[in-house]
Amino acid sequence: MRKNLLQLIRYRGLISSLVARELKARYRGSVLGFLWSFINPLLLLSIYTFVFTVVLPNRNPIAQPYAVFMFCGILPWNWFSSSLMEASGSLVSGGNLIKKVLFPAEVLPIVSVLANMVHFFLGLLILAGFLIGYRHWPDPAGLVWFPVVVLVQLVLTTALALFLSALTVHYRDIRDLLSNLLMFWFFATPIIYPWQDENVLRYKSLFDLNPFTHLAVSYQEILFFDGPVGHAKWLLALGAVSVVLFLAAYWFFDRLRDSFAEAV
Amino acid sequence: MSSHAIELSGVSKIYRRYGGRQFATLKSALLQRSILRDLRPEETFPALTDVSFAVPKGITFGVIGRNGSGKSTALKLVAGITKPTSGTVVVNGRVSALIELGAGFHPEISGRENVFINGIMLGLSKREVAARFGEIVDFAELKEFIDAPVKTYSSGMYMRLGFAVAIHVNPDVLLVDEVLAVGDEGFTHKCLDKFAELRRLGKTILLVTHSLGLVERFCDQALWLDHGRAQAQGDPRRVIDAYLASVEKSEDAQLAAATAKAVAAVSSESAAGPTPPLAAEPARPATAQPDGELKNMFEAVEGRWGSREIEITDVALLDKSGHRSFVFHSGDPMAVRLTLMAHTPATDFVFGLSLFNADGVCCYGTNTFIEEMDPERLEGQAEVTLSIESLDLVEGTYKLDVAVHTCDGYPYDYHRLLYTFRVKSRTPDVGIYRPHHRWSFSPSVRFKSKPETA
Repeated sequence: MRKNLLQLIRYRGLISSLVARELKARYRGSVLGFLWSFINPLLLLSIYTFVFTVVLPNRNPIAQPYAVFMFCGILPWNWFSSSLMEASGSLVSGGNLIKKVLFPAEVLPIVSVLANMVHFFLGLLILAGFLIGYRHWPDPAGLVWFPVVVLVQLVLTTALALFLSALTVHYRDIRDLLSNLLMFWFFATPIIYPWQDENVLRYKSLFDLNPFTHLAVSYQEILFFDGPVGHAKWLLALGAVSVVLFLAAYWFFDRLRDSFAEAV
Repeated sequence: MSSHAIELSGVSKIYRRYGGRQFATLKSALLQRSILRDLRPEETFPALTDVSFAVPKGITFGVIGRNGSGKSTALKLVAGITKPTSGTVVVNGRVSALIELGAGFHPEISGRENVFINGIMLGLSKREVAARFGEIVDFAELKEFIDAPVKTYSSGMYMRLGFAVAIHVNPDVLLVDEVLAVGDEGFTHKCLDKFAELRRLGKTILLVTHSLGLVERFCDQALWLDHGRAQAQGDPRRVIDAYLASVEKSEDAQLAAATAKAVAAVSSESAAGPTPPLAAEPARPATAQPDGELKNMFEAVEGRWGSREIEITDVALLDKSGHRSFVFHSGDPMAVRLTLMAHTPATDFVFGLSLFNADGVCCYGTNTFIEEMDPERLEGQAEVTLSIESLDLVEGTYKLDVAVHTCDGYPYDYHRLLYTFRVKSRTPDVGIYRPHHRWSFSPSVRFKSKPETA
């Protein structure tokens, strides 16, 4: 396992060119091309903003301006959920690579996660535009934590992606299960409602069990709320758990590796 | 470093079938609490059993064998795509596998980008691909299309590009799996030239193919795999001969089984019901007729009819040493032996035989009546043998009619197209009949002298 992990570093050239290919291929042949990376989140944002400011107005004064608040949580969530969806199918759809070419299988789910990370970064540009538009300046001291939270999310997402991709090879219905689970997970995470809401705090211990709560709250504290990043402790703890999860997932992946070429 | 490029010792590969079905679903696994069980293999299938071979550096090594004999598995093991269940695989040097050409091409992006990504996948660095890019494109003959998305390529262009990338990885060991059929004639020649060039450079080539001619022409050594076991190994000619002999044998067994089945089918049929009233029909002996209406052997029904007063209990095709056989070589002797049982003594009987090729053309037919043999008496058990000194037929599948009937055509026992045999020939000549022949030329006509291995 250690040898394979080290090999992964050797494959960084392959990973980066596959990520580039993924991004290029996604929008090749569409008129707006790369602009879709911006349009998708913008459309999503306007729908949510309409629903939660006009139809079901969210009156919690903490979460104002609401559009900016919500965007802070939705962007990382999109990265997370589309990474897992794509990664879970990545080994099956990349089957001919695994079967016919000497190819480190873990590259495929990792590429899914990284390609979506690039989309996340592009989305951040829009978020920056909103922050400027609303003249809502994040605390520069808090911004130091931003790379940390991204890194923690990257490790956590990669861990889950490895685990799911390996399992999907053997259980094809994971993808269907996963899309439902992610929907539920989205609403169970304080993304479209602030976690300081008293109704949320009543179930705080339950929310604390949800790893993405800590990521979403961290993003909100860093980018949206004033004051120090009070969630840093939780974030670091989650980081430690994610590393352990990653090693466990990698071990699991490694154990099943030899079955991929035969089962996909 | 050892002098062997590839070394397999005692390698077995057992494929696992998970849970005996195609895909498990998580739902059923959860319901039956069998998650762990499903991840454990239940059935196994041995693809290779205790195979050992070593390929010295710089030679071209051919692997032959029937479909499913483990050739491709062996190649995948050498390529490192799968791991052996037991035994060791050692490969010295960089390996490039021409197994699936263009695996990993992405249809949406251009040929140029795909060349880079494919090259990196095969183990080159970006700079190395850039250095070879021109050469790759030239080889693939795709200069004007290289910036078009790969999805617009024809399948030939796709394969050519895949081949070009794989072969320019500059491997020490090149694995080739049945990919020479990728291009038109010209491209195939180019590939063969490239192989020859790699050979001259001292690269090792492992070639898996069904084309025995290729093995004979190109390989220094060969290995024959059958059912996952190494059957013969060494000089290509010898290995190919052994392989061909075995193919013949299994063909023989297949024909024997098919014949037995056909005979059993019609025999049980006619035993159950009355025989068709064919007796009234021809005044001439039936077997001697060239069958005019019969356009195609496969339209003709196999069958058996007759009164069975005299019964043909067995038909055997015998080779030159008197053994039953179903495969003959053109020019070999063949004997057809009928075993008969006359339930009542008979004084009016004719033995006949005719021979049809796959198009239903009667190649030859004769009987004892047309050959002016006057029947006197037949009783009890009897044997009748027709010996053909030299079976001068071209290669193909043939069927036999055999019959015993009266002089005016009333059938005792008529076996229609029940017996099948194959004729093999080294020469792919055409037609039906292959007369003994030789060519002679005046001194002004000269041919290049042929090597012994034609």
